[in-house]
Amino acid sequence: MGISISNISKSYKNVKTLHDISFDVKPNELFGLIGPDGAGKTTLFRILTTLLFPDEGTATVAGFDVVGDYKEIRKNVGYMPGRFSLYQDLTVEENLNFFATIFGTTIDENYDLIKDIYVQIEPFKDRRAGKLSGGMKQKLALSCALIHKPKVLFLDEPTTGVDPVSRKEFWEMLKRLQQKGITILVSTPYMDEAALCDRVALIQDGNIMEIDTPEAIVKHYPKPIYNVRAHNMYQLITSLKDYEFNHSVYPFGEFVHYTDSRTDFKPMELQHYLESKNLKNIEIHETDATIEDTFMELAK
Amino acid sequence: MLPIIFVLPLLQLVILSNAATFEVKNIKFGYIDNDHSSTSRALIEKFNASTYFDVLTDFTSEANASSAMLNGEIDVVLEIPRHFARNLQKEKYVNLGVTINAIDGAAAGVENVYITQIIQSYNKNIRTDLVQISDAQIQPVYIDTIPLFWYNETLNYKTFMVPGILVLLVTMITLFLSGMNIVREKEIGTLEQINVTPIKKSQFIIGKLFPFWVIGMALLSIGLIIAKIIFDVPMVGSLLLMYVYTSIYILVILGIGLFISNFTDTQQQAMFIAWFFVVIFILMSGLFTPIESMPKWAQIITEFNPIKYYVEVMRMVMLKGSGFMDILPQLIKTLVYAIVMNGLAVWSYKKTT
Repeated sequence: MGISISNISKSYKNVKTLHDISFDVKPNELFGLIGPDGAGKTTLFRILTTLLFPDEGTATVAGFDVVGDYKEIRKNVGYMPGRFSLYQDLTVEENLNFFATIFGTTIDENYDLIKDIYVQIEPFKDRRAGKLSGGMKQKLALSCALIHKPKVLFLDEPTTGVDPVSRKEFWEMLKRLQQKGITILVSTPYMDEAALCDRVALIQDGNIMEIDTPEAIVKHYPKPIYNVRAHNMYQLITSLKDYEFNHSVYPFGEFVHYTDSRTDFKPMELQHYLESKNLKNIEIHETDATIEDTFMELAK
Repeated sequence: MLPIIFVLPLLQLVILSNAATFEVKNIKFGYIDNDHSSTSRALIEKFNASTYFDVLTDFTSEANASSAMLNGEIDVVLEIPRHFARNLQKEKYVNLGVTINAIDGAAAGVENVYITQIIQSYNKNIRTDLVQISDAQIQPVYIDTIPLFWYNETLNYKTFMVPGILVLLVTMITLFLSGMNIVREKEIGTLEQINVTPIKKSQFIIGKLFPFWVIGMALLSIGLIIAKIIFDVPMVGSLLLMYVYTSIYILVILGIGLFISNFTDTQQQAMFIAWFFVVIFILMSGLFTPIESMPKWAQIITEFNPIKYYVEVMRMVMLKGSGFMDILPQLIKTLVYAIVMNGLAVWSYKKTT
């Protein structure tokens, strides 16, 4: 009853946005689709929510074929598009009522499912949806997507443009929904959110690069990673990029993540090299790989 | 939005019905009287007495009159030749010079008719004055025509225009609103959310159309009230018939609007296409220019113009008191049109993109 995708391809005119994508989402799983803008996440979502026909391949959602059984899918999934797409001139309550009615249900019938989320926006229920803050809008959109008790929930970049506190709350809500037996497919460009999913798929340019649990993906990282820090970030990055043995150099917060192309790399050598470039306060120590490192490595 | 939808069209109705008349009034009239006799003064007095002419100036020469016409100060110049009175007496025949500014061809034609009428009636009087008893036997018998204008006895243009303009307003408002509507949902993204729901195509489209249908009918009602109260347009026929026809007619327009909406991606595109059709429909509706005077191919095109039928029906029912059987051909054509347009609209609306 999860999602099963096999060999899906889709082109827009001459641009191929999805190449032969296949993966499965298990029932009751919180599955993350991680990739940069333009990777094909939204296209895949639109195919799975029956808004778009795939050029090739088949997919089933909650056991229904996306082409043949589209009517059943529309009854059984909740979809929250990346762009806020509720009626801005209806109030919070009117929007919720409207979507409940379209799905042939009422707010009261499934209130327990949305209660946790809806209580947070209930004080503003007479406010027009267009006048809500970004985080509030997301909560309302989620409530509307859940009002008919869907089996599968599709969330397309739900946290893009939302403040860090609301993002954290949003993910906590997703965890709670998962416990209520809903399969969730969520896409996000934020790598730090990937760690909150049960499994993630890394997608770029319409190709799935890797599918695994976040922990396993991180373990797959082939090389030791070093956090490097010095008094001048810019100079440090350019110096590291000029270093003949560098494999990858990415700024990462206050550090630079550095990997070396040699297997017998010694941090002291790098330290001497950087000192020769007039850098001061140099710190080099090994660190754990993150999903972002893995992604950058795979995307290379 | 709702006040705008109602107030603006009704203002248009009041303004346009007063302004859009074919009557040519306040014609700026000048004359050159070379004769200065009591006969020539009597002729000018005739023009002065007419409500259509504002007698402005007595020009001393033709050159003065031409330059005044060039400056737009006068529209019509009447030149009375020297010895006008004498020649009329002696030869019973005289030429008058009339110069008309024909930049507006239609107005010039009307002005010419007015002038001819005045001179003719003057001529008749003069003739009776001049006719001597001995001539009486050989005078031809006059054939006098007394026109009777049916259904609009006073030739009141407002009576004629108000139903037509009301038709235009109902059409424009419903077409623009429905044309923009689904496109707007595309633009703000709500359509995507709606498309993932189990709502049926027909349910969605009926939901989209019904409010505009109500607005169209409300607009008609208010327009009719204004026509009665302000313009005192006679309403000879059955109101019920007007409403029955309008209710079908609005469906045609809404179908066209939806059809446009389905094929465009932005409100701007929809607006542009809607305007394209509105302008063609209005100018080819027979409201401002009679369809009979259009070229053959244009007349064939007007068969597909819903506004044409609506203008016909409204004028027939309101002014002539036509009954159901009289407007049946228009009613059937409109009904077929409504079914075709809405069928196309539902067919072309796709829940997938």
